[in-house]
Amino acid sequence: MSWLVPVPVVLPLVGAALSILVGRSRVAQRAIGVTVLATLVVVAVVLAVEVDRNGTVVVEAGDWPAPMGITMVADRFAAMLLVAAEVALFAVLVYAIGEPGAERNHVGFQSAYLVLAAGVAASFLTGDLFNLFVAFEMMLTASYVLLTLGGKREQVRSGMTYVVISLIASTLFVTALALLYSATGTVNMADLATRMGELPNGVRSAFAVLLLVVFGIKAAVFPLFFWLPDAYPIAPSPITAVFAGLLTKVGIYAIIRTQLLLFPEEARPATVILVIAAATMLVGVLGAIAQDDIRRILSFTLVSQIGYMVMGLGFFTLAGVAAVVFSIIHHIVVTTALFLVAGLIDHASGSSQLSRIGGMVRTAPFLAAMFLVTALSLAGIPPLSGFISKFALVQAGIEAGHLAVIAVSLIVSLLTVFSMIRIWMGAFWSPPEDLATAKPLRWSSGASRALMIAPTAALVACSLAIAIAAGPLYSLSERTARDLLDREAYIGEVLGP
Amino acid sequence: MTVLLAAAAAGLFAIGTYLLLQRKLSRIIIGLGLLTHGANLLLITAGRRGDPPIVGTGPESAFADPLPQALALTAIVITFGVTVLLLSLAFRSWLLTRDDEVQDDVGDRAVAGADVVHDEVSDQEQVIAREEAP
Repeated sequence: MSWLVPVPVVLPLVGAALSILVGRSRVAQRAIGVTVLATLVVVAVVLAVEVDRNGTVVVEAGDWPAPMGITMVADRFAAMLLVAAEVALFAVLVYAIGEPGAERNHVGFQSAYLVLAAGVAASFLTGDLFNLFVAFEMMLTASYVLLTLGGKREQVRSGMTYVVISLIASTLFVTALALLYSATGTVNMADLATRMGELPNGVRSAFAVLLLVVFGIKAAVFPLFFWLPDAYPIAPSPITAVFAGLLTKVGIYAIIRTQLLLFPEEARPATVILVIAAATMLVGVLGAIAQDDIRRILSFTLVSQIGYMVMGLGFFTLAGVAAVVFSIIHHIVVTTALFLVAGLIDHASGSSQLSRIGGMVRTAPFLAAMFLVTALSLAGIPPLSGFISKFALVQAGIEAGHLAVIAVSLIVSLLTVFSMIRIWMGAFWSPPEDLATAKPLRWSSGASRALMIAPTAALVACSLAIAIAAGPLYSLSERTARDLLDREAYIGEVLGP
Repeated sequence: MTVLLAAAAAGLFAIGTYLLLQRKLSRIIIGLGLLTHGANLLLITAGRRGDPPIVGTGPESAFADPLPQALALTAIVITFGVTVLLLSLAFRSWLLTRDDEVQDDVGDRAVAGADVVHDEVSDQEQVIAREEAP
């Protein structure tokens, strides 16, 4: 089954090229986009089942043996995240086709979106630190285009900040790669992990912190998150959804992969990671409380949720890492759904500012139900999937004896409920406060409406399914965590015995 | 030679960082260019120096390490593409505002308080902030 591994990277790139060739026909472009991503969902699921049953699949491009050639590694962690990512990408593409706006007006949307999909998949599947850089750039360059499609004043302003920050992060990444290469003479992750043993402990810790900063900018952890609430809300709503659901998670993936694989236990900056996690959770949620615009509230909440995942990693225990893996899966689905719901609110009421809208529980009851399920899941109310992820994180923290950060996470949980209830009260429950109440937009057609609601509802159903299938999914997360903590096994798979 | 290259990289990083902290978009872009050059130079410094690495032209132990050069080449191509995008964004920003400065975030201003007027906000920005604020 090893031929399946490059498919999630190659297929969307071919699709992107074809999409440009048939640029005159929007129907053909859509057919290509939907077919490619639907195929990738199937491929990702098959790959995940295969990897879970028979162990890690390693592919060497051109049969050049690692560490010389380009290596792609599909282990349980990569395969699991790939499934969640492809499902989210597919759902958002359908939503984007339904929504009047970005996808309809711009010929480059479909190709940029497919390049983004290829970049996300490549980041998960690569076994080589330099290719991780290339995959990041692929994903980010596509995201620059998607963020600034249309070139409106606000988009140009926030797009500029976003591009500059990302480029600084990439430059730091190249710098880190140069230093790593001069110290070890390799960029293959498995090989790096072996050679890291020869370095003095101080140098290893410096590399660990340097990589944490590089990926921390992409993952939006404190104090490097400031660009996110500024950039994300400006993009068209499907784009915001896919950015929020996936791009930050790719940053988290890179943090987890590099910290656990490259560095032995004594070189990991565990205390720094826990302090960063606590600050990220707290600052994110306090920012969310101050906002009036739904998308800005959700963007700040997203930052705060990133803190939870970083916290779970900071424990560096089996239970902690398993809880993080489960959280990431839950979070990709729920955040994407929540931002799509925000887009629907925007559409059904004409504004995303809480002071201008209200009373939607009567005008759009189904939307209200979808929002309630996802928001409560994000806040961690039982029996939804967010509760399971937070419960596992708290349990892991208590076992590891980090009570202070657990206390912070519980307070933040409460404040998250508060900020979600603010949206609920403002948009759904109470009448609009303002005289300048927004006017609902008219749906352009029934099909457009169905195409927007169906993927959102499907993602909400997925989040419910995660809660129902929590048992098997959690034991899969535990197997994944065991893989992640076993550095020798990964090195053996890639470099051979 | 290594010290010279390292010093050059350090100089590029320093100038690039200084320019990045300016408010003019054109300076920020030039700063980013210098910063990425510094990083690429560091990549080149990471490899071993020596003869051109072509098989059959000499002893393998005397060859230069070709990998960092390949990596630097990739990095140069990527930053070239992104810089072009950045320049076109800056040009668009200039077309829209007739100004080369980094724009303030209107949403931030609205949250900070509609009554507070900051000196660094341009007149045009204030009009927009008032229109959008309730």
